[in-house]
Amino acid sequence: MSFINYSSREINCKIVYYGPGLCGKTTNLQYVYNKTSPDAKGKMISLATETERTLFFDFLPLSLGEIRGFKTRFHLYTVPGQVFYDASRKLILKGVDGVVFVADSQIERMEANLESVENLRINLAEQGYDLDRIPYVVQYNKRDLPNAASVDELRRALNPRGVPDFEATATTGVGVFDTLKMVAKLVLQELRKGSEVGGGGGGGAGPSMPPRRPLG
Amino acid sequence: MSTQTVMYEAEYEQIKRVCDRLVREANAKVVFLVDKNGQLIASSGETAHLDTTSLASLTAGNIAATGGIAKLINEKEFSQIFHEGERDNLHISIIGQRVILVVIFDQRSSLGLVRLRVRKASEELNQIFTIIAQKGEQPGASPFAEISDDDIDSLFSS
Repeated sequence: MSFINYSSREINCKIVYYGPGLCGKTTNLQYVYNKTSPDAKGKMISLATETERTLFFDFLPLSLGEIRGFKTRFHLYTVPGQVFYDASRKLILKGVDGVVFVADSQIERMEANLESVENLRINLAEQGYDLDRIPYVVQYNKRDLPNAASVDELRRALNPRGVPDFEATATTGVGVFDTLKMVAKLVLQELRKGSEVGGGGGGGAGPSMPPRRPLG
Repeated sequence: MSTQTVMYEAEYEQIKRVCDRLVREANAKVVFLVDKNGQLIASSGETAHLDTTSLASLTAGNIAATGGIAKLINEKEFSQIFHEGERDNLHISIIGQRVILVVIFDQRSSLGLVRLRVRKASEELNQIFTIIAQKGEQPGASPFAEISDDDIDSLFSS
């Protein structure tokens, strides 16, 4: 759920990186954090276990610049990938504007990927979202590993709808920003669509209101 | 469906006034308001050295986790949470099931005083957020209805 603040002339959007355990969600955020200039980013927060597995979430606030005088800010979150953290994953999806699914390309992780996509679909539905309708990008990570499945195979299994997808090696940064840019773009396009319908997308014939005057 | 929260200047000013007054009346160090998704709405008091963005995100995570626990024991929600530190304490409350009000205070104040002042401020804030929610349901012009692909692309050109 994006948050438009006319007072500070800011628009805030929430992007969630989803995927099975150890697929590289946190690594994606770390790479973005390391490569972003200090004035465009806030502090990266990782709520992790002692063994650096994500316990609750990672959080990275990013400023992308201005659109029509509004600062666009994206809040990037990761979920904990391990199966038993499902309750936490559900919470983090609250108010999401766009989702990146990070798939682990290794052939032996195919089942974990499939389970995680299904889990994403279910958890989104519980929050009232439809995976087929929200801004959604798939990233095939760990392309550098010798046991990586072919992109065709991954695509058939994980992206039957043909949403934008990218090959990546998050440890070296390959594909990380392409993925982020695409999901941010889809979120902004969705925002435009939502605005065309009006307000929260109600679209019904509401009582007529004088045009609101944002100050600033 | 993606819904938006839209904050206009008039309501923001009202919210800010309530928060400023709460800082004074509760003898608090900091007061801030966060939406349940972790977006900072407003802050007052000694915020200069605080990372309010991170605070907002973590507070929302805290409330989300606590809400999850509440559900598991068949409670609707825990509407007030108190964290006691060596110097500073944190009082968190949920307003109208939609926004989170956080008060940071030290020995210059007390939990009793904070709770008392929070109760009054919550009623006022709840009214303001009801208006914001009603406005959000009305169709209205948005600056984002007119953004072009070029606008979006320009964000990523550098």
